[in-house]
Amino acid sequence: MLLEVRDLHVEFRTRDGVAKAVNGVTYSVDAGETLAVLGESGSGKSVTAQAVMGILDTPPGKITGGEILFQGKDLLTFKEEERRKVRGAQMAMIFQDALSSLNPVLSVGDQLGEMFTVHRGLSRKDARTKAVELMDRVRIPAASQRVRDYPHQFSGGMRQRIMIAMALALEPALIIADEPTTALDVTVQAQVMDLLAELQRELNMGLILITHDLGVVADVADKIAVMYAGRIVESAPVHDIYKAPAHPYTKGLLESIPRLDQKGRELYAIKGLPPNLMNIPPGCAFNPRCPMAQDICRTDVPPLAEVDEDRRSACYFWRETLDARND
Amino acid sequence: MGRYVIRRLLQMIPVFIGATLLIFLMVNVMGDPIAGLCGDRQCDPATAAQLRREFGLDKPVWQQYLTYMGNVFTGDFGTAFNGQKVTELMSTAFPVTIRLTIVAVLFEIVIGITLGVVTGLRRGKPIDTAVLLVTLVVISVPTFVTGLLLQLLLGVEWGWIKPSVSTDANFDELIVPGLVLASVSLAYVTRLTRTSIAENRRSDYVRTAVAKGLPRRRVITRHLLRNSLIPVVTFIGTDVGALMGGAIVTERIFNIHGVGYQLYQGILRQNTQTVVGFVTVLVLVFLVANLLVDLLYAVLDPRIRYA
Repeated sequence: MLLEVRDLHVEFRTRDGVAKAVNGVTYSVDAGETLAVLGESGSGKSVTAQAVMGILDTPPGKITGGEILFQGKDLLTFKEEERRKVRGAQMAMIFQDALSSLNPVLSVGDQLGEMFTVHRGLSRKDARTKAVELMDRVRIPAASQRVRDYPHQFSGGMRQRIMIAMALALEPALIIADEPTTALDVTVQAQVMDLLAELQRELNMGLILITHDLGVVADVADKIAVMYAGRIVESAPVHDIYKAPAHPYTKGLLESIPRLDQKGRELYAIKGLPPNLMNIPPGCAFNPRCPMAQDICRTDVPPLAEVDEDRRSACYFWRETLDARND
Repeated sequence: MGRYVIRRLLQMIPVFIGATLLIFLMVNVMGDPIAGLCGDRQCDPATAAQLRREFGLDKPVWQQYLTYMGNVFTGDFGTAFNGQKVTELMSTAFPVTIRLTIVAVLFEIVIGITLGVVTGLRRGKPIDTAVLLVTLVVISVPTFVTGLLLQLLLGVEWGWIKPSVSTDANFDELIVPGLVLASVSLAYVTRLTRTSIAENRRSDYVRTAVAKGLPRRRVITRHLLRNSLIPVVTFIGTDVGALMGGAIVTERIFNIHGVGYQLYQGILRQNTQTVVGFVTVLVLVFLVANLLVDLLYAVLDPRIRYA
């Protein structure tokens, strides 16, 4: 297994109290595999990814438990300097907003080349050549001229390509893409996603795709982990989930996708709001919003039940949820 | 870029004319330049009239201004009433003040930025609070207090420095006066850098730089500092002009015969030519400094360069 996150706990200690952002997340990705992590804002999907990358803001963030096994070694036991050498070289991250994530005052060539000068000890000139190659690879037209340009001179889609190029620079084993297409036009979203998927296949990388866009997930993911209030509530191969969700929250998410045949009817939305992470309700965190909630849901935290060989659901009533699919 | 420079240079012309005209009028209209020449007594009317004719003071003010400006462009800043050429005064005064300014700016850059970076990265920690408090004190206390205090302590009580600077005004003599001159700006540079660093530290591109696996040092110097220094550079650049002309207090305290000292003497003795001449040059210095800042700004921030 390329990456295994086991029972990860992350807290943010602020003046107002302790926010429990991640509460026992377990997931894994293999080489060549795509894991989609799904969830609303504040569900802990990005925080988990930042913990894996080792770029969590500490303090206020703190990893309070769990293991992050990367190629069999627990990254949490690494010293910062060892960890730094893994970052960018063996695992890389693509961020949501390429305009703010790229340094506005350095040319894209400098920012791409930096990967090679720092990690590989290449000269500036060789690094520049590599930067042009990378830009070619992500299909930026006239790469040899544009390598001198600055981020603000590129279009949104091109900027995200540069982010992808930067992540791919040293051909890492794992890529974490944190909502890579959210900031883009719909027409460009597909292009960028296709490019990412293609490069992933080519280099046989593991990909963690953090998103709340269920449309994107269906196309590229192999398996899905759905997160809610810092926990995984359902994990399953992609087709199983779309066919029949085994958790009421997943079901709610799927039903809230607008469909053409619903035209004229009101859009479905899950009732209520995600919980405050400083004050997660007892029992199942989803119970106040859940249409199926019973007394047990309000007192006991449901364990991840085995629905199928590679499928889990953290719901006492996963059977009922599965069966209810034709309602 | 070329067009931008030309446009900026053209913009300097009206500013230059306006500023010099204003100072020329103020000095010429508000007081009688002849009055101070004869000491405490009233001037003998015949002598006064002769002096007026000699210096062209009987002509209308606008004509005086034009004559003056015409002369300035040929490098003639006129003659003070005591017969000394103003350019001569300048040639002794400006090198001294330039040295003093260099010392002051170095203090601003080295100490101000370093403290700003250190506190910006450790916001809320004891060192941050301590430095912040000190800068507040420095900003609140007027320069003449800081100057006299340091002169008294370092120069008179402890004897570490000479309390007054010699006419050579070498760099080593100017260290303490330079620090005094820089003190308030230094505090501002510290605060400005601190805020800028603290703000940019949480920015997305710094997170990207960390995620790229760059060493901390490189993240700070190449990514964080480069962006954070843009407002600081603007401040320091503009401050160069202010330091050159604003050293009057510091130069008086440490008896430095620079621009501030000459200006002070000129004003005290109603020496019109000296005052107008020096101010004219200072206006030019200010304009050039501002132009350089704007150009530097464009170099540091490509988003401005291509806008």
